[in-house]
Amino acid sequence: MATASEGHQQHPLAIYLWVWVLLFVLSAFSYMVDYIGLQGYLRWSLILIFMLAKAGFIIAVFMHMAWERIALIYAILGPPVLLLFAIGFFALEGDYTLLTRLDFFGETTFVPSHPGEAH
Amino acid sequence: MASEMTDTGGAAALPQGLSGFARDWTADRQTFHVPWGKAMMWIFLLSDTFIFSLFLTSYMNVRMSTRVPWPNPSEVFALSFGGDPIPLILIAIMTFILITSSGTMALAVNYGYRGDRAKTAALMFVTAAFGATFVGMQAFEWMKLIVDEGVRPWGNPMGAAQFGSTFFMITGFHGFHVSCGVIYLAVIALKVLRGDYEASGNYEVVEIAGLYWHFVDLVWVFIFAFFYLW
Repeated sequence: MATASEGHQQHPLAIYLWVWVLLFVLSAFSYMVDYIGLQGYLRWSLILIFMLAKAGFIIAVFMHMAWERIALIYAILGPPVLLLFAIGFFALEGDYTLLTRLDFFGETTFVPSHPGEAH
Repeated sequence: MASEMTDTGGAAALPQGLSGFARDWTADRQTFHVPWGKAMMWIFLLSDTFIFSLFLTSYMNVRMSTRVPWPNPSEVFALSFGGDPIPLILIAIMTFILITSSGTMALAVNYGYRGDRAKTAALMFVTAAFGATFVGMQAFEWMKLIVDEGVRPWGNPMGAAQFGSTFFMITGFHGFHVSCGVIYLAVIALKVLRGDYEASGNYEVVEIAGLYWHFVDLVWVFIFAFFYLW
C-alpha cells in the first residue's frame, strides 16, 4: 500500500474497480426497492442502508478518506454529526406544524390528479 | 520534530486514535499534513455538505408538515418508451451515469499519479462528458415536469405545493454543481494535456478536482434516496 504521509494517494487499480462494481450493484438494489414497490419500514430501512453503504464507499475509497491522516478525518467527518441535531429539531418542528395545521384548518380537501392528467 | 518528520516511512507511522488526533492539533505546527489545496477543497466540501444537508432537512420539514398528500415520485418520474410507464427510469439512468463518471474520475487520479498524461486527460474528458450528459437529462426532466406535468415552485396538480419548490431548489443546486464540475474538469484536463504539471511532476490537482467530482456524486446518492425513493 502506498504511503499517505506525503499526501499522495496512489493505490492499486483493482480497489477502484471493485468499488465501482459495488456502487453499481448497490444502486441497482436501491432502484429495485422502488421498482418492486416495497413499502413502509422495510422500504425506508433498505433505502437508508444502500444509501449509507454507497456514501461510505465513495468517501472511503474514491475520496481516499480511508488513507488520510486522522486529523483530517476528524475535522471533516466530525462537524456533520451536528446535522443530526438539526434533523431532529426540524422533525419535531415539522410534526408540531402539521398538528397545528390540522387543528386550525382540518383535513385537506385537495384532490390530486395523476401525473399526465394535468391538462 | 525534524526526526519525527523523516521517519514517517508509511501508513503504519500515522498517528492513530484520539491521542494521534490531539497530537496533530495541539503541537503548534501544521495540522493537516496534506497539500494545502486538498485541505482547502475538503473544507469547501464540508461547507457544501452543510448547505445540501440543510436543503434536504428543510425538505423533510415541509414534507412532514403539509396536510396535502405528497406526489408519488415513483409515478411523477416514470417514463414510458412506447409501453407501460417504467417507474423512476430516467433517474435510475442518471444515477448510473454519475456513478460511471465517478469511476472514470477515480481512474484519472490514479493515472495522474502514474504520470500518464494522455490517459489522465482522456479519462477526465470522459468524466466531464458523462457530467454534461447528466445535466442534459436533468434539463429534459425539468422540461417534462414543467411543461407536461404542470409542476411549479408554488404548486402542482398532483399534491403538496412544496413538492415543486423543494424539487427545483435541490436538484437545481445539484445540477449547478455538476455544471461547474464539468467546466472545472475540462480546464484541469486541458492543463494536464498541455503538460503544465510536467515540470513539477505533481498531479495532485487531479486528485483535488476528483474530490469535488466525487462529492457531487455523493450528494446525488442522498438526493436519490431522500427525494426520489422515499
